[in-house]
Formats: sequence, structure tokens, C-alpha cells
Amino acid sequence: MLCDVCKTNQATVFLTQIVDGKMQKVNLCEACSKEKGVTDPLSFALVDLLPGLGAEAEVEQGAPVQHCPACGFTQADFKKTGRLGCPVCYDTFAEGLGGLLKAMHRRTTHTGKVPARLKRSIELGVRRKQLQRDLDKAVADENYENAALLRDQLRELEQTK
Amino acid sequence: MKLSSLFSSGSERARNDGPHQQIVISSRVRLARNLRGHPFPGWAKKNDRLQILELIKPSVEALPEMEGGFSSYLHELSALEKQVLVERHLISREHAAKSAGSAVVIDQAQSLSIMINEEDHLRMQVLRPGLQLRNAYQALDKVDSTLETKLDYAFHPQLGYLTACPTNVGTGMRASAMIHLPGLVLSEQINQVIQAINKIGLAVRGLYGEGTEAMGNLFQVSNQITLGEPEEEIISQLNKVIERIIENEENARQILLQKKLGTLLDNIGRGFGILSHAYAMTSKEALNLLSFLKLGVDLGFFPPERQKEIDDLIIVTQPAHLQSNATQQKLSPEERDSLRAEIIREKLKAFPNPNTSKVVVPRPPTEETHHE
Repeated sequence: MLCDVCKTNQATVFLTQIVDGKMQKVNLCEACSKEKGVTDPLSFALVDLLPGLGAEAEVEQGAPVQHCPACGFTQADFKKTGRLGCPVCYDTFAEGLGGLLKAMHRRTTHTGKVPARLKRSIELGVRRKQLQRDLDKAVADENYENAALLRDQLRELEQTK
Repeated sequence: MKLSSLFSSGSERARNDGPHQQIVISSRVRLARNLRGHPFPGWAKKNDRLQILELIKPSVEALPEMEGGFSSYLHELSALEKQVLVERHLISREHAAKSAGSAVVIDQAQSLSIMINEEDHLRMQVLRPGLQLRNAYQALDKVDSTLETKLDYAFHPQLGYLTACPTNVGTGMRASAMIHLPGLVLSEQINQVIQAINKIGLAVRGLYGEGTEAMGNLFQVSNQITLGEPEEEIISQLNKVIERIIENEENARQILLQKKLGTLLDNIGRGFGILSHAYAMTSKEALNLLSFLKLGVDLGFFPPERQKEIDDLIIVTQPAHLQSNATQQKLSPEERDSLRAEIIREKLKAFPNPNTSKVVVPRPPTEETHHE
């Protein structure tokens, strides 16, 4: 297959783009793809690929525009800037952000440093959730002896807070 | 402290004694942090920004690491001073564009730099010569731990440190190394290497970060992912990759010495000739040719003690550095190019001619060394 641009060299870069719902295919040789900046990794930035928070789809469906209660930021503002308005935005737009974060980072749960002053309360929170889950399971299994034990542990945990 | 006196005191980077210094110019780690209950700088109104700034600045200035350092509001710095800071990688280009409501605090060694109200409320970085990512992170982690006792960081139990851009959320950490890869460029392996690095989720950029061109065979390699991996793991993975790149670069240099000694000598010799005799030199041309001279030192064509002079030239021939050292107000680009050429000619007068007799041409390699 020959390059669509110079029509002399063999095409080695096959680019598929969807513009306005229509698929466009371009076949380029190495030299032309470089010239067009297609394979230039230096011009490639993750942020350019941000798919947004789904604002457009929702607007089309007539869904109400969501405002962050803390700072008034909307999905449309994110589409424009690629930045969020304030820390609370992460909860306000949690639904749309979930997929975005997964696409960017592959994972969605922080496993690194935690501020010392929050460490204890976060660890307690995790432990509490686990106990509650075990308790629910014990009740469902009608394992009441175990359930009583778990309930006591949970109570103790609430008090240490 | 004034900016000029900051620069006249010894810089951490000028010491030139970091590990793998020949190939890794510098290592940098930065952390992004924000305060709970305040809009991010890009969305905040001017009054919010001023308020946030006054909340943060005293704590940053009070850091023990900042004793004897430099602190300034961005609106107090001239355009030229800001540009000098950018050329020294002490502030970002984005931060240089800021004025009222932003500040920068830099330690005396010019190793720790903290930008207030850049894209995030706090952007702090530690810069070290050579490959010292772990060391840089540890130093920065300590600063961060001191600041968190005074400032109420925005932290999410699931997402970690919250940042204006979701690409930084989690650790808020970007670790990068500036590497000099003339061997891989000359042997035309650089694109393969860049592609391989991109594939494993790391970014490769030009000299001044995002969206900038690669000049002087200098590249910045950094992590992209900030969520879901602990800081130490990100650093250790990046470190491993950079060690592999160093190996590849060393192999490429050995192979060039064996198989393309002529081309290599020609590049270095021409670089030396042009730099020694030119009367007009753009910053890009200077950087590209100085890169070959640097390679010449690494390979033994010039005595090793010349390294420092070349590294100095790379810094002082950047546009804002030229202007700030010039006696004349506002140089035109042509005047800058001629001043740059003059400075380089002057410096290279005392430089010996390339000496190939001391070059150790390695024995033919075993086959596995260069099939990447």
C-alpha cells in the first residue's frame, strides 16, 4: 500500500480517526507521518486525549447541567480546560471521572503516601468497612455466634474514634 | 536575598558529581499539593488566590530547608528574571506567565524550589545532579511531611492527593531525569527507544518539559501514572528504565567508536570548529554543537576537566542568561547571537584540539549488545 500523501513510499503508519461520527483512514509512510507529526512522541500528551466528563452526551439527552456545590464548576468547564475547579469536584463528578482516571492511570485507588494526621482515621475506616462486611455475611449465613463477636469488635472500633 | 546573589552562590547542580553524571544531567521529583476547602488556582478568583498565597507562603518560607533562600511574589520579578528561572528549571514556563497571586521560594543551593499557585496551590520540586531520583524524593518527602503539619491538604481516602488536573491525582508526583543521548541519536536508534519508553507508560519530552522540542540530544523521561502505585515503586521503576537507557546509550557509543569512528570524529570536530570560529550562533545551534563537545569529553577526545566549562556554556548561552549578563539593555536576537558566539569563542580559545590518540576503541562487541 502506498502512502496517501507522497504516493511513492510504502505506507507503514495507519491512522484511523473518527471525526463527527465518520471513520477516516489515512495511510502514511514513515517520512510523511513524521512530517505531519503523527508519530512524534514529543508532541503527544495524555491531556490532549482527555475524553471529557461526558458533558456533551448528557447535554444532548437534555440532562441538567451539574454544578459543583463548592465552587460552581460544570462539566463544560472541564471540557474547556482539562482541569477541575476544586477538591470537591472529585466527588461531584465522580461518575464521569471514574472511567477517565482508569484510562489515564489504569488503577483508581491511591496506594501511596497518606498525610500522617489522616492515617489513623483512614485505616480505621477501612477496618470498619471490613468488619461491617463480615458482620453482614455472618448474619446472612445465620452464624449468630460469630456475628455477635463481630458486632462487639465494631462497637469497640466506634468508641476508639 | 536577591536573585543575582542566589545565582552567585554555589548551585547544587554545578557541583557535577552525581552518579552517572556523564549521561544523566539531572534528576527531578515534584509533588503537587492543594489545600482543602479552596478552589484550585486556575478556577479561583483573584481574591481567593491572594488569600491562599498568604496562607501558604509563611509556612514555606519557615521551612528549615529554606533558610538563607530566595522568596518572591511573581509580580515582583521582571520578565527577564522569570525567564532566567525557567532556563534554570527552577520554575515552569506556566508559572513564569503568572503575576499577582503567585510566588516562588527557592533554597540557597537551588535544589529545592516551591511554586505557590501554579496549576496547583503547591508545586514543590527537588533537583539533583546525575541519577539521584531516590535521594531527591526522600528530600522532598521530608519537606512535604513538614508542610502537612501546618497546611490542611486536600486528600481523598480513595483517590489520594487531589490535584487540579486528574493526570496528577493520587501521589501528585512526577519524577523525571534529563538525559543526554547523542549516541542513540547518531546511531538512529532514538525513535525506537522513545517508542519503547512510551509503551511502558513513561513520557519522553524535550528540554523544557511538555510540548517542547528535543535540542542538544537532551531528553526528559518521566512517569505518567500517579494513581495506584506507591511513590517508591514509581521511582524504582523509572530508575530501572533509566539505567537501561544508560546501558543502551553506552552501547551505542561503543558501536559508533568501532564502526563509525569517522562520522563520530567528524561531528565532534565540526562542532568544535564551528563553536570556536562562528560569529553568530542561535541558542539551538549552540546547544546542538555543545552536545557533541560534551560527547567528545565523555569519549576522551578532550580532557575530562573540560566537562564543567561545557556545562557552564550550556547554561550561560541561553537567551535570558545572555541578556542578564549583558551590559546593554534589551539585546536584539541578532545581538544575542553574536554575543553568544563571542562568549563561546572566548571560552574555547583555551580548549585543546580534539585528541584521538587517547581514545580507547573497544574490542569488537559480542553480538547481543546492539540488537534492541
